[in-house]
Parts: sequence; structure tokens; C-alpha cells
Amino acid sequence: MNLSEGVQIVSFVVLAALTLCAALGVVLLEEIVYSAFLLGAVFIGISGLFILLNADFVAAAQILIYVGAVNVLILFAIMLVNKREPFAPSRNLWIRRSATAVVCLGIFALLGTMVIATPWAIAPSPGPVDTVLKIGIHFFSDYLLPFELASVLLLMAMVGAIILARRDFIPEVTIPGATSEPLALPERPRELPSERVGS
Amino acid sequence: MSAGIDLKGSFIDSLSDLGLPPGAATALWIPLPITLMILSATVGLLVTVWLERKVSAAAQQRIGPEYAGPLGVLQPVADGLKLVFKESITPAKTDPWLFTLGPILVVIPVFLSFLIVPFGQNLAITDLNVGIFLWISLSSIAPIGLLMSGYASNNKYSLLGGLRAAAQSISYEIPLALSVLAVVMMSNSLSTIDIVEQQAGYGILGWNVWRQPVGFIIFWIAALAECERLPFDLPEAEEELVAGYQTEYSGMKFGLFYIGSYVNLVLSALIVAIIYLGGWESPLPVGSLANWLGVSETSSWLQVIAASLGIVMTVLKAYLLVFIAVLLRWTVPRVRIDQLLNLGWKFLLPVSLVNLLLTAALKLAFPFAFGG
Repeated sequence: MNLSEGVQIVSFVVLAALTLCAALGVVLLEEIVYSAFLLGAVFIGISGLFILLNADFVAAAQILIYVGAVNVLILFAIMLVNKREPFAPSRNLWIRRSATAVVCLGIFALLGTMVIATPWAIAPSPGPVDTVLKIGIHFFSDYLLPFELASVLLLMAMVGAIILARRDFIPEVTIPGATSEPLALPERPRELPSERVGS
Repeated sequence: MSAGIDLKGSFIDSLSDLGLPPGAATALWIPLPITLMILSATVGLLVTVWLERKVSAAAQQRIGPEYAGPLGVLQPVADGLKLVFKESITPAKTDPWLFTLGPILVVIPVFLSFLIVPFGQNLAITDLNVGIFLWISLSSIAPIGLLMSGYASNNKYSLLGGLRAAAQSISYEIPLALSVLAVVMMSNSLSTIDIVEQQAGYGILGWNVWRQPVGFIIFWIAALAECERLPFDLPEAEEELVAGYQTEYSGMKFGLFYIGSYVNLVLSALIVAIIYLGGWESPLPVGSLANWLGVSETSSWLQVIAASLGIVMTVLKAYLLVFIAVLLRWTVPRVRIDQLLNLGWKFLLPVSLVNLLLTAALKLAFPFAFGG
């Protein structure tokens, strides 16, 4: 075993441990903000695994998209609506939890058998290749349809977001019978100095 | 161009001659360029802090630091020592883990990005073939650290500052990436070394800034916004937010934010110099000058001179840009948050898209000038 192989094995073990611990933390921790930050750690660990597989472009894209965009948006949403209130303990929680556990273990078993049963063609590592070029060629030849479908999906999401943000496209929903209260901050109303002078 | 000086090869060869196995020689080599790069980033940081103090003093007709060393050059060291020896306070009701982790997450990606900064043909830590893309993706980690410290401080100014920093960073990442993409399209590679080589050969006339004037300006604006420099220092706007996400920090944790922002400024200036101002190329092409004088390109003294000239050129261009950024900070007013987001989304994004399309069209029409 030479130097580079040893380094690879050690980094694989470290990255796998990081990813697994962080993923367990995402699921098991009570505080939702910790889960969101640990999700970032999971994404970084996975990107490290991509680097070990010589997929440098995918690794960088993983960090840019999942850590830089998705995780930041999740954190944004959490921090803007974070009301620190104690949740009421719901009854029969164990049914929900055990059902989740069964489903997760089932998926894990399915994927595990798939990984073991598939005859992987393990080629010796070809060394550094121009990954960007290869990905580009695949995108515009044999993976053209999924690529275009993904961009149509993103376009749809974007149009939807714009329409939601521009409220003039959607008529205001008025609930009959409900009196509309003006928005007010939960503060004691103060009288303005000008009014005091007038009265 | 010839292969140039191969420091790594000669280092490993000389150690192998001493009787070390080649693996051990390589292992001894690996930490050397990394340490050198971290040291030079730190020195660059100190120089930038000194420059900021001196230029701001000149802009306000003051003298600036004067007593610590000649012309006050030791003032940044004194500042750093002061921060090291200050008590590091963790306020009550903060989240101690996230409070400590936040500044670290801000600093590490910045230093990691120095991986791809080349100072010469072979004077870079690595020549990754995702090069410049690695920098873009690493710089997208920093907002998480800012959000983390803003949230952990348990202070509404900090939280608002962190949210603003993240919003600003996400908005300006897109024009930044699009203008980089236009350059990458011309050089047919993401590697920083290839990007510089594509500008080589014609001296100052070959630099990308003439072929990508719009992209250069967009990139510079977006880079200033990413560094949170004035006119875009909204996250720490002191009139509105006390000091933004750094309000509750003191001692070395505050120092980490400080280091992060200044090193990021140096890094952005270096990247602008590399992708638009020809990197290590001099305004007059050294290679053709040597040919004209009848000196062989492979003679060793010429290569040493060319390599040192390359380092000097890269640093000179970068510090010229840092100087402009400092001068901008002390002359222009701050924009409002809505103006900032409008500028990013409604102006820079469409303009950079048009720039990308134009570059593609010009590349098809004039393949000799725009990289076939």
C-alpha cells in the first residue's frame, strides 16, 4: 500500500464517519436549527466522497448547489419564522416513530441488496481526466432528455415563485364574515407629538 | 512556452539523491507550498490593513499610523496582537457551539481558495481542472458561517446582519458566476492556469479586460459585494445594525471575521488580476522580448527572472485593485438594502446574461480572437 492509497482509505473512513454522524444528528436532534446546520455537514461529507471518486466537478457543484443554495435557503426559512415555543407532546408518538423506522429500514435493506446484487464493473482508476468535458458531452448526447426535463422543471418552479411573489396576478382571497384587522405591531400605541399639540 | 522551472521535481530529485524514498520526499514536499501560501496570505492581510489605514488617512487628510515601525508598518501586527490578548467573551444566552463555529466557517473557505491562485506557470499549489469553479463554490460556504454567528449571538441586530449577508451573497453569486462563465468560454477551461495562458503572448493587448470590459466591471462589483466592502457593506452597516453579525464578538473570534474579510478582499483582487488582467503576464511580453534580444527561452537565469517578474506582476495588479477598493470605501456612500438587491437581480443579472450570449456569438463569429 503506497502513500496515496493510505491517504485515500483514511479520508474515506473520516468522511464516511462525518457524513453518518451528521445525518444521524439531522434526524435525531430536537432543535431544528442544529439539524439544518448538520445537513450542511452531510452535504460537505458527500462532496468529499465525490472527490475520492475523481468526480471533482460534481463535488464542487454539490457544495455550490446544496451547501451554498439549498442549505442557506433552508436556514433562511428557519430563521425568519423561528418561534421558540415548546411543542405539545402528541399522543401515540411511538406509532409514528416505529412506522418511520420500519419504512427506513425497508429502504435501507432494498438499497443494500441492490448494491450487493449488482455486478459492478470496477475498472482501475483512469487517473485525472477532463471531467467537465465528459459531463458536457453526456449532457448533449445520451442524457439530453433528462437534462432538458430538469431545466423545464426549474423553469416551472421559477415562474411559480414569481407569480406567488407578485400578488397582482392572484386575486385577494376574502373570507366572508371575517372583519379585516389592520396590521399592528404588538406594542403599546403611542400618540404622536403633533396630535398632542392639536388637542 | 517552455515548461519553465519545476520546483517540485527538483526538490524531490535532490531529496532522492540524498537517499530518501520518493514517497517520503513527496510527503515532505506537500506541506511546503501550503505553508508558504498561508504565510503569504497572512502577510498580504497585514499589508492590506496597513494600506487601508494609510489610504483612508490620506483620503481624510490625516497622517495615519506613524509610530509603530517605519511609516507605521507594524501597526497591523500591533492590532493583531491586541486582538489575540483580548478576553474572548461568550455572552450569556448565546449558543456557545454555534457562536464559536461561525467565525471558523467564515475563515476556512477563504484560505482554502488560495489553492487555485497561480503566481506563475508552475507556481501554484494545484492545477485543478475545476479551478475557478472551486473558488465560486467555496465562497458560497461563507454565508452559512455568517448565518450561524448571527443566529447564535441571540441579538436581533446580529440576526438581521447575518440574514442580510446571506441574501447579499446569494444575489451577487449569480452575476459573478455568469461573468466567470464568459471568460471560461473563451479559454475553454476552468483551470486558472489555462485562463492566464490564453491571455499570454500579446502583452497588455491580450488581456481579457479588453475582450470582456462589461464582464470585468460586473465581476468587480459582484466581488466587492461578496467581500462586503463599501458601498456594499450592508451586513455591518453601523448606523442601522450596530455592527451586524459581529456585534457580540470580541477578542480573537472578532479577529477571525476581520481576517476573513481582508483575506477575502486580497483573494478577490488576485482572482480579478488572474482572469481579467493577465495574471503573471507582464504588460510587455517577456518571451518575445527575450527572442528579440536573442536570448534563448530555456536559459536558466531568464527563467528565474521571468518567474520572479511573474510573482511581482500578480501581486502588483492585485494590490492596485485593493487600492481602488480602499479608495472606493472612503469616497462612496453606502447603498440601501433594496437598492442593493435591485442592482443585483434587475441590473447585473440581465446584463451578465447578455454578456454571456454576446461572448458566445463573438466566439462563433471570430474564433481567432475569442478562443476557438
